[in-house]
Amino acid sequence: MSATTAMEVNAEARRILAVSISKLYASRTQRGGLRLHRSLLLSMVMRSARDIYHSSRECEGPSDAQPTQEEPMDTSSSLEEQTGLPEPVQPEPQPALNSTELPPEEPDSAEEDSDSEITEDKENLSPRRQSRKRRGKVSAAPDFLPSKRARLEPGEERYAAPLGSCRAGAGESLTALSLNRVIPAF
Amino acid sequence: MEEESDTRKINNSFLRDHNYATEADIISTVEFNSSGELLATGDKGGRVVVFQREQESKSQPQRRGEYNVYSTFQSHEPEFDYLKSLEIEEKINKIKWLPQQHAAYFLLSTNDKTVKLWKISERDKRPEGYNLKDEDGRIRNPLTITSLRVPVLQPMDLMVEATARRVFSNAHTYHINSISVNSDLQTFISTDDLRVNLWNLEITDRSFNIVDIKPANMEELTEVITSAEFHPQQCHTFAYSSSKGSIRLCDMRQAALCDKHCKYSPLADHRAILQASAEQEGGEGWGCEEEEVEKDFEEPEDPSTRSFFSEIISSISDVKFSHNGRYLMTRDYLTVKVWDLQMENKPLETYQVHDYLRGKLCSLYENDCIFDKFECVWNGSDSVIMTGSYNNFFRMFDRNTKRDVTLEASRENSKPRAILKPRKVCVGGKRRKDEISVDSLDFSKKILHTTWHPHENIIAVAATNNLYIFQDKVN
Repeated sequence: MSATTAMEVNAEARRILAVSISKLYASRTQRGGLRLHRSLLLSMVMRSARDIYHSSRECEGPSDAQPTQEEPMDTSSSLEEQTGLPEPVQPEPQPALNSTELPPEEPDSAEEDSDSEITEDKENLSPRRQSRKRRGKVSAAPDFLPSKRARLEPGEERYAAPLGSCRAGAGESLTALSLNRVIPAF
Repeated sequence: MEEESDTRKINNSFLRDHNYATEADIISTVEFNSSGELLATGDKGGRVVVFQREQESKSQPQRRGEYNVYSTFQSHEPEFDYLKSLEIEEKINKIKWLPQQHAAYFLLSTNDKTVKLWKISERDKRPEGYNLKDEDGRIRNPLTITSLRVPVLQPMDLMVEATARRVFSNAHTYHINSISVNSDLQTFISTDDLRVNLWNLEITDRSFNIVDIKPANMEELTEVITSAEFHPQQCHTFAYSSSKGSIRLCDMRQAALCDKHCKYSPLADHRAILQASAEQEGGEGWGCEEEEVEKDFEEPEDPSTRSFFSEIISSISDVKFSHNGRYLMTRDYLTVKVWDLQMENKPLETYQVHDYLRGKLCSLYENDCIFDKFECVWNGSDSVIMTGSYNNFFRMFDRNTKRDVTLEASRENSKPRAILKPRKVCVGGKRRKDEISVDSLDFSKKILHTTWHPHENIIAVAATNNLYIFQDKVN
């Protein structure tokens, strides 16, 4: 994949993620309650978009700042955590939009985002880990927010990450912004 | 095939707020009864309108069997589930007729949570000549009564009454997407996103769960049930479709063991445990485990076509058995497929409904059209299949000649007794005079619900809040 098409795919994936998030929001206020099928399809699109986003980022080459690579991974995955919070009262919990952080001593688990949830996905080539933690709505403390730990992908080397470069760049502000809005809403 | 335009439903709403009126009048289901004499429509406002075909009269041969309004009633009302703080929509998701056994007509109608059995009966006589009250209903002065008389039935203007005979509720946690009456005429199934329940038409406080795909951990959910239907002749067989694009054919008789999450494999390894247990208050279970044999119909995916939206467009929105019971038809977003029940690994026939949309999936995702659930329908002889599309287009595929046609349901093109002109969508290059380009398609005008008369070439097509009935031209 050339750099330009990778960038296009990248931008497309981010746009689709943003659109999906707004749809997820809108579905919460829909008459008749959350539709399980629709929520499931939305989460699948989000997962596809995220996976394609990552693979396009990898194609851009490892010289691209790895810290910024971590940022969208973390924000989108914790975003998924947020949206995947099962509400105890509602017997129609949001499906599949969940992710868990892997313990940091297992960085080589998957070639894709290592802290996302398993639900069976044809694109996955390596086994995923089961979600062990159940995120309750009650936990307002940000312990579910991913820590800004750099995680290694297989085959990549650790680069010296300058301080401050972990902050979301302009291009990533979209997903980061959405995350900030998500938390108060829940 | 040439068609003739006939009746149009009159929008009965007089509400001043135009938006509300339009919303509640959107037709959400259409269904002919088993003789084709009656046509029922359900709408978003919870109403059911039943049309009846006029008897053909020799004096007016050109008015062959038009459909006129026979009965209108409010089937479901909006409800509020206080426990979950959820509003339950009154929109009628499906209507299924029971085959006629007596003078009255019966149909099942369902919204997201509750199925109701309605009896539609005619009254054309009333008793006159009571002793204690006169014709106006006022009590007669007993002192003036000198003799007794027997009330006599006198003809009156035809009155059609609809009464709710059964209410089947509290059995579904998720939203009901389909109902299907068994050929034994005693039971029916109702299906929500994760479960299929079997009911007896006479018993409302008990149902049996025969399919449950809810995972122990909801976070592992990967697919939902999108539709289910009984086999038209075999009362022990039913099929259900999933959001992953697979169809499972289940036999309620045999016992076998399974693993619910198995992938496709030959029939011998491929069975399912399904429980028979009573739900709701106090019902006793049968005490045994009823298990079913399953057949999984699934086409292996072509990896080259994978995209963001692969899962959405492979989700099956409708499944229908053919009338002869040998085939199954499924509708996903872009295609209609006909499956032979004996062949599980690939469909017998695949028809492209609107493949020109494949390159527009992203915009269709943004405007929510990609979530539209189109239905599909067989004609009486199973030789032609029909399904809807956008811009008020609907498509018919002749399975024998392999010809297909695109027709449009619109007021401008549908004067009474006009012949429908085939339409064509131009996919690129030069657009001919009568063609319409993909970008000019109106995606707000979609035909999701269609039905075909069981014996004749009469179709009913719902275009938002309008109903179009087309008949074959006969010389």
